[in-house]
Amino acid sequence: MLDHLDALEGRTIYILREAFCRVAPLALLWSVGKDSNALLWMCRKAFFGRVPFPVVQLDTGMELDEVYRFRDSAADAWSLDLRIEACPPEGAVDPALPPAARAAARKTAGLRSLIGREGYRGVLLGIRRDEQAVRAKERVFSPRGPEGGWAFRDQPPEFWDQYKTEVPEAAHLRIHPLLDWSELDIWRYTRREGIPVVPPYLARDGRRYRSLGERNITHPIASTAATIDEIIAELEATRVPERAGRAMDHEAEDAFERLRADGYM
Amino acid sequence: MSDPVARPPLRLVFVGHVDHGKSTLIGRLLHDTGSLPEGKLDEIRAVSARRGMPLEWSFVLDAFQAERDQAVTIDVTEIRFHTARRDYVIVDAPGHREFLRNTISGAAAADAAVLMVDAAEGLREQTRRHAYLLHLLGIAQVVVAVNKMDLVGRDPDRFRAVAEQAGRHLERLGIRPVAIVPVVAREGENLATPSQSMPWYGGELLVEALDRLAPPVPATTRPLRLPVQDVYKLGDKRVLVGRIESGLLRIGDELLFSPSGRRAQVASIESWGADPPPAEAVAGQSVGITLDRPIFVERGDIASDTAHPPDLASQFRLRLFWLAEAPLRLGQLLKLRRATSELVVTVEAIESVIDNETLAAAPAEMVGRDETAVVRLRARGLLAFDPVERDPAMARCALIDGYDTVGGGVIVSDAGRHGGATSLFTVEHLLTVEARAARNGHRGAVIWLTGLSGAGKSTLAMQAERELFARGYSVYVLDGDNVRRGLNADLGFGASDRAENIRRVGEVAGLFADAGTVVITAFISPYRADRDRARRVCPGLFHEVHVAANIETCERRDPKGLYRRARAGELADFTGISAPYEAPAAPELTIDTGTQPVEASVDELVRYIVDRTRLAAG
Repeated sequence: MLDHLDALEGRTIYILREAFCRVAPLALLWSVGKDSNALLWMCRKAFFGRVPFPVVQLDTGMELDEVYRFRDSAADAWSLDLRIEACPPEGAVDPALPPAARAAARKTAGLRSLIGREGYRGVLLGIRRDEQAVRAKERVFSPRGPEGGWAFRDQPPEFWDQYKTEVPEAAHLRIHPLLDWSELDIWRYTRREGIPVVPPYLARDGRRYRSLGERNITHPIASTAATIDEIIAELEATRVPERAGRAMDHEAEDAFERLRADGYM
Repeated sequence: MSDPVARPPLRLVFVGHVDHGKSTLIGRLLHDTGSLPEGKLDEIRAVSARRGMPLEWSFVLDAFQAERDQAVTIDVTEIRFHTARRDYVIVDAPGHREFLRNTISGAAAADAAVLMVDAAEGLREQTRRHAYLLHLLGIAQVVVAVNKMDLVGRDPDRFRAVAEQAGRHLERLGIRPVAIVPVVAREGENLATPSQSMPWYGGELLVEALDRLAPPVPATTRPLRLPVQDVYKLGDKRVLVGRIESGLLRIGDELLFSPSGRRAQVASIESWGADPPPAEAVAGQSVGITLDRPIFVERGDIASDTAHPPDLASQFRLRLFWLAEAPLRLGQLLKLRRATSELVVTVEAIESVIDNETLAAAPAEMVGRDETAVVRLRARGLLAFDPVERDPAMARCALIDGYDTVGGGVIVSDAGRHGGATSLFTVEHLLTVEARAARNGHRGAVIWLTGLSGAGKSTLAMQAERELFARGYSVYVLDGDNVRRGLNADLGFGASDRAENIRRVGEVAGLFADAGTVVITAFISPYRADRDRARRVCPGLFHEVHVAANIETCERRDPKGLYRRARAGELADFTGISAPYEAPAAPELTIDTGTQPVEASVDELVRYIVDRTRLAAG
């Protein structure tokens, strides 16, 4: 009988293959964090070593240096078709947003221009339901209008692994193969599979990043977890939410909802 | 959480009438089991205060601003909690009219349900509708929470009356409640801690009842079902990929592919990064396998073991729920998806629409939004399936109309065919080629086989026809036998009559193709000019296939003794002996029937036809 991680992996690979079979052109959005690294790992399993679509990093220029180093070495080692998409400057996004949300909105704008230019009909993303209450309401195959907006009041039914794979011209699908995974599942899978870890996740001098984002809007947490085993032990005991260090989530009650409705990941 | 990796969380769906307190109960349950993240309670307190409300537990789940402002849940959400015994994923769905469309998304795969009933109001229309949905989805484990006991003075008699009403309704649906618990969700009474105000209740707490729910039975105990998801070419290997829905699979197992009926052995289980490579795979795993024979397999085929194949039928009964604004009508055309299979189906009969209040079933002309019904569908071609009683994974379908999922349901076993059902088809006045192709699920084509007598044209045509028919194709073979009998009964075997024979075949084949059929012609048709004329009848749909075997091979085979008779001078103008064969200069396909086995040739032809008649994606 399968254990829980095997079952999760089986479903994620099923979703990846379904996306590859039915949606083209397709790209994967790689934040170089633990979730999209695990997702890439499962892409390699699904397609027997080769990732058969472009892997895009939305770059604000504000990631940690170690993230860039990891990106370049993994892209090389895993033979990825890496595309780096420079996000527009902060001046180009909605000035009504709170400051940290503005920084996040740069990625939304970058994603919108990427999809508009490349004509992607499907974008694979490593978000999870347990990260954030608004993400908890997502579908695995989530249709978006031409502007990338999320019509959360009018989501299509999705059941029994039958996914919406057809959308009208100029619309696209956000595809979320990791929705069912929890933060702990990801770390346990990372440990089991030996997936390389971006160093800032591991504690140094009493601090580590639990969620990786831009330098200017993400804060490390107090932690002594310097190995994956220790991270897992820490998470089993904690009741602090994962995105507590993400400034953009906490500026206003509906900050994250507004970001997502506008097309944020 | 002794060994959390090994145990998946239990999926619980919370259902019940709007305002009976689902979200409140969930919020409070998370708090009382210590499952709320740090800071969440303060956040909810602040959000409630901002709206001038007392602490509103439902805000834990209602994440959207609009949900909090209107105090309703807009869309289904999932949230985790844990007890000392295990982890749970809660699916919370809105109770209002949009319920079905939203709930189905999270509830369809639930292991168990909590049905909320307001102590003061008792069962309401939505309570009954939701209970029926649990039955439809096959969710047999239900815990009933009788909420808002404070509004009825925590009266034991009122509790017993509501409990009896709920229990009776569920039992009529074949559901025996695991427990019925009186609770005050807002105050946390009888959730994780006993109520001090209801000393008369000696039963289980809600979490105790939840902890007693049985985990899902692993699908590994059922016969193998591997729906083929895709076929990858890796170097010179053809790897079939898919997720094993039921059973298990080992290297060397003999597989039966339905509906084609092809068989082959598992040669290898492919994997990336596994050392040593696996020799076995089980339900829930997404795998890749190679076969020992180069048979034609495509997405939608179902691999099983040879002793326990799925059923094959082009007509079946579906117990369905309907989600679309416009009602489902008799004669309607829909796309049915089940696992990786996709078929065009026609609604042949609406046997009954179920009244949620009385559970009475009555025949009807249409099925309205949010209604449930039993319908009979007719598919183009055969579907390999199991009725829900045997294997739910192979019975669960979604119905698609255009871009949208408009319904879903489970295939139920057939209690016998109904005769005389009236079919009312809407008729389009201007039928386009696209409309015909959409109905058939493929484009029309003329597959013109040409080659020497004995090259294998008829064998190839007949076997390809059978295979395509099983795949749901509208397909027909034209050969000397059926054409000479009527259409060309006036023609002899002189040179000009033979040319006229081929001309008429070309015209008829063109009409078939225009009508949307794949027509395979099996005539020697030795002259280039005759074949070119046939091509001109339907230029875009014509495919010339050279069935190539050399004269020595054909003469050696001589299945009808014709070569022997030609050599003896009994047959005049016999192609290859006493008359020329003009081989095609640039055929769309050449099949070498001289050296390769028949099976490989049939595969080559079927694959070609499937590829060339495929509808454009989208």
